[in-house]
Amino acid sequence: MKTMKSIWNKSASLLATAGAWLGTGSLSLAATVNDLPGGPAVLQLNLPPAVTAIAREQQWLHWFMLILCTVIFVAVFAVMFYSIWKHRKSRGHKPAAFHESVTVEIIWTVIPFIIVILMALPATKVVVAMKDTSNADLTIKATGMQWKWGYDYIKGEGEGIGFVSTLDADQREMSNNGGPKKGEIVDDYLFKVDNPLVVPVDKKVRIITTANDVIHAFAVPAFGIKQDAIPGFVRDTWFRAEKIGDYHGQCQELCGKEHAYMPIHVKVVSAEDYSKWVEGEKKKMAALADDPSKVWNLAEITQRGEKVYAQNCVACHQTHGKGGGAIKPLDGAAVVLDADKAKQIKVLLNGQNNGAMPAWKALSDTDIAAVISYTKNHWSNQTGQVVQPADVAALRK
Amino acid sequence: MSAVLDHHDHAHDDHHDHAPTGWRRWVYATNHKDIGTLYLLFSFSMFIMGGILALLIRAELFQPGLQFVNPELFNSLTTMHGLMMVFGAIMPGFVGFANWMIPLQIGAADMAFARMNNFSFWLLIPAGLMLASTFFMPGGAPAAGWTLYAPLTLQQGPSMDVGIFALHILGASSIMGSINIIVTILNMRAPGMTLMKMPMFAWTWLITAYLLIAVMPVLAGAITMTLTDRHFGTTFFNPAGGGDPVLYQHIFWFFGHPEVYIMILPAFGMISQIVPAFARKRLFGYTSMVYATSSIAILSFIVWAHHMFTTGMPVTGQLFFMYATMLIAVPTAVKVFNWIATMWQGSMTFETPMLFAVGFIFVFTMGGFTGLILAMAPIDIQLQDTYYVVAHFHYVLVAGSLYAMFAGYYYWSPKWTGVMYNETRGKIHFWWSLIAFNVTFFPMHFLGLAGMPRRYADYPMQFADFNALASIGGFAFGLAQVYFFFFVVLPTMLGHGEKAPQRPWEGAEGLEWEVPSPAPFHTFETPPKLNAAANKILA
Repeated sequence: MKTMKSIWNKSASLLATAGAWLGTGSLSLAATVNDLPGGPAVLQLNLPPAVTAIAREQQWLHWFMLILCTVIFVAVFAVMFYSIWKHRKSRGHKPAAFHESVTVEIIWTVIPFIIVILMALPATKVVVAMKDTSNADLTIKATGMQWKWGYDYIKGEGEGIGFVSTLDADQREMSNNGGPKKGEIVDDYLFKVDNPLVVPVDKKVRIITTANDVIHAFAVPAFGIKQDAIPGFVRDTWFRAEKIGDYHGQCQELCGKEHAYMPIHVKVVSAEDYSKWVEGEKKKMAALADDPSKVWNLAEITQRGEKVYAQNCVACHQTHGKGGGAIKPLDGAAVVLDADKAKQIKVLLNGQNNGAMPAWKALSDTDIAAVISYTKNHWSNQTGQVVQPADVAALRK
Repeated sequence: MSAVLDHHDHAHDDHHDHAPTGWRRWVYATNHKDIGTLYLLFSFSMFIMGGILALLIRAELFQPGLQFVNPELFNSLTTMHGLMMVFGAIMPGFVGFANWMIPLQIGAADMAFARMNNFSFWLLIPAGLMLASTFFMPGGAPAAGWTLYAPLTLQQGPSMDVGIFALHILGASSIMGSINIIVTILNMRAPGMTLMKMPMFAWTWLITAYLLIAVMPVLAGAITMTLTDRHFGTTFFNPAGGGDPVLYQHIFWFFGHPEVYIMILPAFGMISQIVPAFARKRLFGYTSMVYATSSIAILSFIVWAHHMFTTGMPVTGQLFFMYATMLIAVPTAVKVFNWIATMWQGSMTFETPMLFAVGFIFVFTMGGFTGLILAMAPIDIQLQDTYYVVAHFHYVLVAGSLYAMFAGYYYWSPKWTGVMYNETRGKIHFWWSLIAFNVTFFPMHFLGLAGMPRRYADYPMQFADFNALASIGGFAFGLAQVYFFFFVVLPTMLGHGEKAPQRPWEGAEGLEWEVPSPAPFHTFETPPKLNAAANKILA
């Protein structure tokens, strides 16, 4: 028909222009970033390369389902499109009269039923394997917090090591400023953390998940694992990484405003490198172990507090301390200037406004004391007050 | 055709012959056709509002980095987009079709409870206004996702309570509407129309109404427990008080899974009427279709935890829910086969209703297959909470439910308005929507497989290309719907178009085609005498 042809021509030329535009990369950002090894690839079409046996099983299952479903889909719709072509009034086809057949109904109920059972059999094996977290070589607790991960090595080599893993502050800032600039190649954008989780290769690692506040989820696609981190409860999952390298994941359960900004970085290293790392960490912890009864002076503690602020507070309260939008300012704030230090300590320990200001009780007494002292003595605030770690410890319930 | 119209010498009061006029006609409406129109207009408005929210989301996600909104507002956008589309667009839309078509199809004068019908509709307006107003409240609109998981909901500002109140009202409206539909269908069919001779649209709505009555109260329970946790000292979902956040998920999804079948079964019914009309051949396997729909409805109650595969349930639980979910594929496949068997050896033409119906079968089945893939628990562990899930449910809800409603609009609007829509523009709407839809949502499968999480305001650079593509498609799709309203719907509402015959579609069967176009204000005031197949009126 004439109108159909003109519609076809118009849409074809439109598609052609869109395709050309896309193709020339004027829209595409493919040139400005590379694949992230252990993380997503540019224009990735399928599951990531598997680094564990479970991930390999998942890939196999997915290919199995995809191929089977595509074959069935193509077969069924070949019949439909054939019918659309042949059995149309414009070809003069007259309608048949049949409208039921018990035999046919039985056949096309039983065959899909059998296919579904055949699909479920290999899946069952993998479910059972994924759930078996027994006999782990290393057990690590991952605690989801708003909005970072805390890792504690609780059993196996490295027991006792604990640290918090936060998204790189510069990358968070970059997000606020509209993302990486054109030409800036940031392959690990939104994946970079300060302290990655380090595990040895070829060892069964059991990850116990829990949370401090709301539900988060710990996931590493290359390992094929994902486990909700539920406050008040412990869940677990496991992996055995077969290749040394850096693997990346992100929080996978909506947990509030910074949900997109609490990535997971697992560094898989050789057994010797792991032992070396454990030793190094233990030494660092011993050195850093702040004496909780130490009495700090103003200069030292505000210097420490500046670091803590840059790590944890700047994303919301900003470098100038004035916050913005719903975020309250610290510069000139009543609770900061208050002679009663307990007020501001309580805000830091317990949060405020229903979690809009999260609780920071996961930070050490020294860090909390330091950052409060910093805010009380920076920008236009010059209270001269010093908050000691002991002050914070006293208010922890 | 005096068999179905009031006689002028009928011994009734004079006002009975005239349709009420002015604002009273709409505010005091008890006529199923008027209430149907109100529901459809409300649904379309919420569709546009929800669509604008979606375009704000896609605008932000067009490129990595935050350009337009802060992350909290982004979370509100995704939450409200979901709530508005589910509770404001899809559900009221299908109720609108039910109101218009069920009495006509079963030969009844109106719905059983005409005044409750009015109340069911008008409840939607304050509820919709409340939902929309949450954006302007301190703290912004609810930002916990349309699924409103605890304990994140316990942290939300006052808009969460307003949202809960709105949901209660919407739920009450749905329950009342369902009661109306069940009573009407069970009691007011014209003599000779047994249940097994009833049109498929009536069947699917009968089953959907039972589902609604069963599960809307469960949602009410979940959100009330959230409300009391927030304000009245309970700790159902707060672990600090001994509660369990996962309990919320169980209660919510016990509602949530049947809810998605509530959103698709009426669509199945519409397709089951449209395909036979344009194939000029009776629906293949009517009995089987009724059984398949019933099986889907019953099975929908025992699969809810497939939304919870990563919460840490024991092996037995994972396996049971995986098997039960995969089982639903069987009756669904049977329905697809029956539709194709209806087309087979028919004599098809492809006016716009048939284009949307065939498009539905094709694209909905794609969504069905991704659902089957997600049902496999080991695969779901990788894909849960990623864009693969977003792709899946948009395929079944947009290319499914929405396309069916478009098909129903094109099919039945000549009966509603008395004029034919412009066929060329209808076809433009179809192809434009189909292409734009696939450009928007097909890449999301890849994003999900690559690991891009849902509900993310910003994302790693590697996901940029497919996100840009999806955003372009999204805007194109939105534009198509604006085109639809201004160039297809509005002209017919204003009466511009060829006069529609009583039966515009050669192969269409059913009592709705036995009345004039437009359908008179009152139809079937006395029960019609039907032929043996209960699809024609005997003179």
